[in-house]
Amino acid sequence: MREGWEPLKITVNGVQHALSVEPRALLSEYLREELGLTGTHVGCDTSQCGACTVLLDGKAVKSCTVLAVQAEGSEVTTVEGIGSVDDLHAVQAAFWDRHGLQCGFCTPGVMMAAIGLLQERPHPTEEEIRAGLDGVICRCTGYQNIVRAVQDAAGRLAAEQDRAVGD
Amino acid sequence: MTAVGESVRRKEAENKVSGAAKYNDDFTVPGMLYATLRTSTKAHATLRFVDKRKALQMPGVRAVLLGEDAKVLCGEVLADRPPLAKGRVRYSGEPIALVVADSEAQAMAAAAAIDIAYDPLPVVNSPLEAAKPGAPVIHPELGSYTKEQSPIYPQAGTNICDSAHIRKGDMARGWQEAEVVVEGDFTLPQIDHAAMETRSARVEILPDGRVQVFSSTQAPFEVQKLLSKYFAVPQGQVVVSTPLVGGAFGGKTSVNLEVLAYMASKAVGGRLVRLANTREQDIATSPVGVGMQARMKLGATRDGRLAAAEMAYWLDTGAYTDSTPRVARAIAANCTGPYRVPNVHCDVNVVYTNHVFTTAYRGFGHINLTFTVERIMEKLAHALGVDPLELRKRNVLEPGDTTPTTVRLTRSNLGDTAKCLERTAELIGWTPGSHAERIGPHTVRAHGIAAFWKTSSSPPDAISGALITMNKDGTMNLATGTVEFGAGTKTTAAQILAERMGMDVDQIHIHSDVNTKVDPEHWKTVASMSTYMSGRAVLEAAEDVIRQLKSVAATVLRCPPADLEVGGGRVYLRDDPQQYVAFKDIAHGYKYQEGDSIGGQVMGRGSFIMRHLTLLDQKTGQGRPGPAWTVGATAVEVDLDTRDFTYRIRRAATVMDAGKVINPRTARGVVMGGMNMGLGYGSRESMLYSDQGEVLNGQLRLYKLMRYGEQPEYLVDFVETPQVDSPYGARPIGEHGNLAAPAALANALSVAAGVPIDELPATPEHIWRATKGVHR
Ligand code: FES
Ligand code: FES
Repeated sequence: MREGWEPLKITVNGVQHALSVEPRALLSEYLREELGLTGTHVGCDTSQCGACTVLLDGKAVKSCTVLAVQAEGSEVTTVEGIGSVDDLHAVQAAFWDRHGLQCGFCTPGVMMAAIGLLQERPHPTEEEIRAGLDGVICRCTGYQNIVRAVQDAAGRLAAEQDRAVGD
Repeated sequence: MTAVGESVRRKEAENKVSGAAKYNDDFTVPGMLYATLRTSTKAHATLRFVDKRKALQMPGVRAVLLGEDAKVLCGEVLADRPPLAKGRVRYSGEPIALVVADSEAQAMAAAAAIDIAYDPLPVVNSPLEAAKPGAPVIHPELGSYTKEQSPIYPQAGTNICDSAHIRKGDMARGWQEAEVVVEGDFTLPQIDHAAMETRSARVEILPDGRVQVFSSTQAPFEVQKLLSKYFAVPQGQVVVSTPLVGGAFGGKTSVNLEVLAYMASKAVGGRLVRLANTREQDIATSPVGVGMQARMKLGATRDGRLAAAEMAYWLDTGAYTDSTPRVARAIAANCTGPYRVPNVHCDVNVVYTNHVFTTAYRGFGHINLTFTVERIMEKLAHALGVDPLELRKRNVLEPGDTTPTTVRLTRSNLGDTAKCLERTAELIGWTPGSHAERIGPHTVRAHGIAAFWKTSSSPPDAISGALITMNKDGTMNLATGTVEFGAGTKTTAAQILAERMGMDVDQIHIHSDVNTKVDPEHWKTVASMSTYMSGRAVLEAAEDVIRQLKSVAATVLRCPPADLEVGGGRVYLRDDPQQYVAFKDIAHGYKYQEGDSIGGQVMGRGSFIMRHLTLLDQKTGQGRPGPAWTVGATAVEVDLDTRDFTYRIRRAATVMDAGKVINPRTARGVVMGGMNMGLGYGSRESMLYSDQGEVLNGQLRLYKLMRYGEQPEYLVDFVETPQVDSPYGARPIGEHGNLAAPAALANALSVAAGVPIDELPATPEHIWRATKGVHR
């Protein structure tokens, strides 16, 4: 272990990692640079943009506001962990279908924030979506298609659940 | 029609939603070195000394570069910008030193250890102030700078680094005819592009001299040419790669981090060096969008026909020119807005200030001219007592009229402004007369409308190319040089090809990155011109492919090529489609039963260059600035609280003449995004400077953007008047949602508050100030 670095046990997208980290490394840096999970983006240094949002033990958090060492023992889910190209998560499919993105830079963070929101409120109103995504910025879309995408995703998730219950 | 006009999903979007999409700074290579900048804290000062000795001793530091280490002066039009300040700093945020180290943290620590002593100089904080005789001169060397691109007309000994002019008609006669004359002063601040991906560049210089550049640029071919020129490297030895770009808005057209990263790599023996902006540097060190002060006088007959217009602009180009001289000409060329004004006198001055330097910003000066023209139209409507919508409709340019630069307009090159205005009014629920409606004890509701037009203002020799290679299975690979930063340019190109080939768009393979070594040049991915320029090249390449396919098929089917058609992955006899040969059987040559073969791999090329464009005459402005215009209108509905002047933008509508909508959902999305940016500018965004010229809001916590929940309901529609020389008649639409939104908002707020709002952003405080002393 490098001098001054600390051990870290963390589960990311279901895989356990035991690496050492610099004590001041942010979770966003650890994910991008140590694990190569570059789907988590960094758009600012004042925790404003939300491009870095991940799920930490199921809750949406801005990974640039968390030190990697603070995530010791936690489970982290990044955009790479929510679905695969063959089996997209409902939120991913909805963003793609509903043109909820343009440059795509904010998209992983927005989707993670949306997943966090939909876990708490499976059937959000438009107002709740607006309020729930308040912490993320998108410069490209003007947000309207993103709101539509989240509504669409809520519908898809509900349908998935009905199917699961029906099985 | 199979592909054009369909909302096909973006080709690159699957990678974007799965997190696999790569942006420039997503590549960390072992052994890569990190560069960082030390920037100026003063807006205007001489550098008494810059001492790097301590920094050089710091752990991990490989090199520290200062102004004297850079021999070049940079600039697209005028070479006025040293990559690192030499002797003098001209804006706060200007790079002074460049540190290369093993890690970013080490580079930053060393940068902070550089000792700098400033001797402050008087700060010039606004373009009007800067243009006054006797103002402190920011570039005493102005007369000696190299002109890289004409036209540019610097006035040595002043801060006026360029000017553009329109002289049309007879002003004396115009003012004589004018029975009603209105005047106004208009102000817009500089604005940051604020793309969510900050700019970054990596450079490696290989032992054989090849320079590998990786950059988040909108203009990889410009990076290639400028690096080749600045550092005397043969152009083919400079290879620029650009992956997906996370938003650009004009801000990534300027070539600067690449120059610094090259210098950094050179200083460490050619090793790979990364230089990436922090958000703060992205706002305060890299260029922003131009600000302005403007004055306009407009005269009309009593029945509301425009007779004469005189306007003067002072553009706040900041400390350096970059592409702002070209912005000035774009403003001049379209200075009347989409209205018929027979007599025009327009001066656009580009003025140095001690602000962050500027480059293209989505709209290329058209937000500025639209704001000026549409605010004065509103004043004129008021003075004449006519409905603002009606006044606009009465004066829109029509086929047969000429533009300020005397281009003759046709239905094809102009489109239909009146139709756009009508449809916009319909969407927003316009009631003639524009009155504020009281809807609550302290709330009034009002509408504002504004029209826009824009042409490309690109160089007359801008080029674009397309290469098609066929795969054995009959599908096609399409290579173009356009950058994908969110507008869906590559998908559009694929749709155009698919349409021409009568194929499914899924059978066209594109790559979303650009590499200057293998992709044909596309001038710059700007001015919303990809569909026109790249589309024309794609269609020409498609014809080339079709010719080759038909030639082989003619032999196979024993008929003249002229009897053949393509479609559905086949070449078939026009009179008997059952007789055909499949693409897959001829894409890589046709093999007879005996094994002997003809043909070879089918590959098509298409090459486009702008046609008939000319530079504007320096005295009169005559010339042809672009192939055609896109016209449209935006309307806004606001609810204003009359106690504290807070307001909510409830709805916003934009209708533009798209010629032909190639991808409806993408088009709507891009227009909504533009409107959102425009309303952000209108309501809150600006670069804020202290008295001393320091940037006060260099981070996203302070630089206010539209956030979720603040957006109004967006209503978007299109009129389709084909531009006949463009693929499928399509016109540019990428910037245009942005153009009239600030003006429409200001018009609505002026009605709601009962006072003219002639300066943006219209924050509640600004509105309050405007109303001070005015009784309601
Ligand atoms: S990177 Fe901007 S909030 Fe985390
Ligand atoms: S899609 Fe570009 S920032 Fe959201």
